[in-house]
Amino acid sequence: MAQKILLNNIDVPGLATFEVYRKLGGYSAVEKTLKSLTPDEVTAEVKKSGLRGRGGAGFPTGMKWSFIDKSTDKPRYFVCNFDESEPGTFKDRYFGTLNPHQLIEGMILGSYALGAKTSYIYIRGELFYVLQIIEKAIEEAYANGFLGKNILGTDYSLDLYCQPGGGAYICGEETALIESLEGKRGNPRIKPPFPAIVGLYDCPTVVNNVETISVLPWILNNGADAYSSIGVGNSKGTKLISACGHINKPGIYEIELGLPVEEFIYSDEYCGGILNGNKLKAVVAGGSSVPILPAELILKTAKGEPRLMSYESLAEGGFETGTMMGSGGFIVMDDTTCIVKNTLTFARFYHHESCGQCSPCREGTGWMEKILQRIEDGNGTMKDIDLLFNISKHIEGNTICPLGDAAAWPVAAAIRHFRAEFEEHVKQQKCPLSR
Amino acid sequence: MQDTKKNIAFSPETLELIGKIIRRYPEGRQKSALLPILHIAQAENDGWLSSEVMDYVASLLSIQPIEVYEVATFYTMFNLKPVGKCVIEVCQTGPCWLRGSEELVKYFEQRLGIKPGQTTADGRFTLKTVECLAACGNAPVVQVGTEYHENMSVEKAGELLDQWTSENKCSHTNPYL
Ligand SMILES: Cc1cc2nc3c(=O)[nH]c(=O)nc-3n(C[C@H](O)[C@H](O)[C@H](O)COP(=O)(O)O)c2cc1C
Ligand code: SF4
Repeated sequence: MAQKILLNNIDVPGLATFEVYRKLGGYSAVEKTLKSLTPDEVTAEVKKSGLRGRGGAGFPTGMKWSFIDKSTDKPRYFVCNFDESEPGTFKDRYFGTLNPHQLIEGMILGSYALGAKTSYIYIRGELFYVLQIIEKAIEEAYANGFLGKNILGTDYSLDLYCQPGGGAYICGEETALIESLEGKRGNPRIKPPFPAIVGLYDCPTVVNNVETISVLPWILNNGADAYSSIGVGNSKGTKLISACGHINKPGIYEIELGLPVEEFIYSDEYCGGILNGNKLKAVVAGGSSVPILPAELILKTAKGEPRLMSYESLAEGGFETGTMMGSGGFIVMDDTTCIVKNTLTFARFYHHESCGQCSPCREGTGWMEKILQRIEDGNGTMKDIDLLFNISKHIEGNTICPLGDAAAWPVAAAIRHFRAEFEEHVKQQKCPLSR
Repeated sequence: MQDTKKNIAFSPETLELIGKIIRRYPEGRQKSALLPILHIAQAENDGWLSSEVMDYVASLLSIQPIEVYEVATFYTMFNLKPVGKCVIEVCQTGPCWLRGSEELVKYFEQRLGIKPGQTTADGRFTLKTVECLAACGNAPVVQVGTEYHENMSVEKAGELLDQWTSENKCSHTNPYL
């Protein structure tokens, strides 16, 4: 059996209540840490564990924490990114709803390490019902002395609050999230300065993903070495994968990093194979932003080695023949799927979600949507396909935040791997796969 | 024209809730309460934000009205025009499309006799298409107020519509209560 860190108790009834979570050993990491470790020791332990951010970029968490500016007397903030809006990604909603106390315990540990006295959980506004669940759990944690003044009689005090968004994918980008938390439009900031120096209210701030934070109690209970013994290469530990699309068992799976992709798709323990016994056509392995791969390249690398669910293996081959781990949003498409139409829905998404600050992103995402719509409707030309590719290349790398790249990559990859299908739309003057 | 003389004020209970929210932020950073308060204000104003409501919110937070307009126009969840009593939001992004969201939208269009973005003549339903709701494993997904309806199908949509019609469903309720 694969080791489980996040989902081991997920089926226990009442897990979302303090009582049940506590009975299962919950909050023991806070007890242990606040009484026996200094904040810097916590950071060192997290660094040693090899934990990487689970929000999409995979940046080493301990290293990110060590950048926080402790030299000023300004307050420091720890913020949880619960904006979860990347198409194909639904792990944080699932986990946070069922096990809010593990997230809260992680928030206490991270806040302690960073020296934050006030922390926020920023939740996308559509998920108000989840916010209600988490606020209730926070109240319980206060009532039991794990939040508030002098936690467990130590001199560490922490206040924790939830903040709703207003419906904007861009607020998942950490500087846009900070702007939004300040009550402004979610326009990403130009970096540097990084949030670790100038973040929320111009104070040193760290933003981490729900999953990253929820792993912290386990690491502090079991030690960095136990964590880093799971996984392969620089992909340590476990990862929540949100699997959706044309599979028999969509849902959230916790995998040990390094699991072969083929096993993940076909084994009954995970996705359970392709819906209706159809053939696998393509996979978007890490949320809508990462390059799509055709069946042969997602199952095996261009070198013919089995592709693994790890940061390194998924990236093997670069963007020519590889992809990225991203947020772990695993979207599976069978052979009835029109790749042009799927790409169109993504392009429409990014056009809708562009904050509008940079012209390549603001204009380019709209052009890409329009051209894809034209091709899908059977009104496209061969030149349109090149134009589309060209626009994506002009957006990539030319914007303030990575949303521009995130919009460009799926389009470029769809053309790279499925050019014939785009051409077929032009030749037949219709979608060859429309039902 | 909107009635600019309409008097807008929250109830004492709502004002107390708002006071509690404002205390979550450091002194002088009360603007951080803007998004939570706009959600509340919208729910209490039949699901949309009129300029009077936004001006009132500005006065509560001691900020300029333009600061409220800027924010209200940026975020998708805020409606700047009146909406129906029950707003039905159907996700149309890739994962929901793969599992039949287009058929679902078509069904709602037919049953309600409106297109996405429109409201029925009796003001009861507004139909909207929205982007990814983070529930792709249970696609297709429909949101109504704070409720998620997952693993949707045309049959399920029919039953829900009947139910919402008979109970005169209202999707805008104060999300904090
Ligand atoms: C457009 C865009 C959207 C993002 N959305 C999210 C999100 O919904 N959740 C998240 O945790 N990170 C998201 N990120 C990544 C964050 O900017 C940031 O890297 C992350 O929250 C850091 O946490 P981690 O190191 O724990 O992953 C997004 C980034 C971009 C550019
Ligand atoms: S890349 Fe797009 S979303 Fe990001 S800052 Fe520029 S315009 Fe805004």
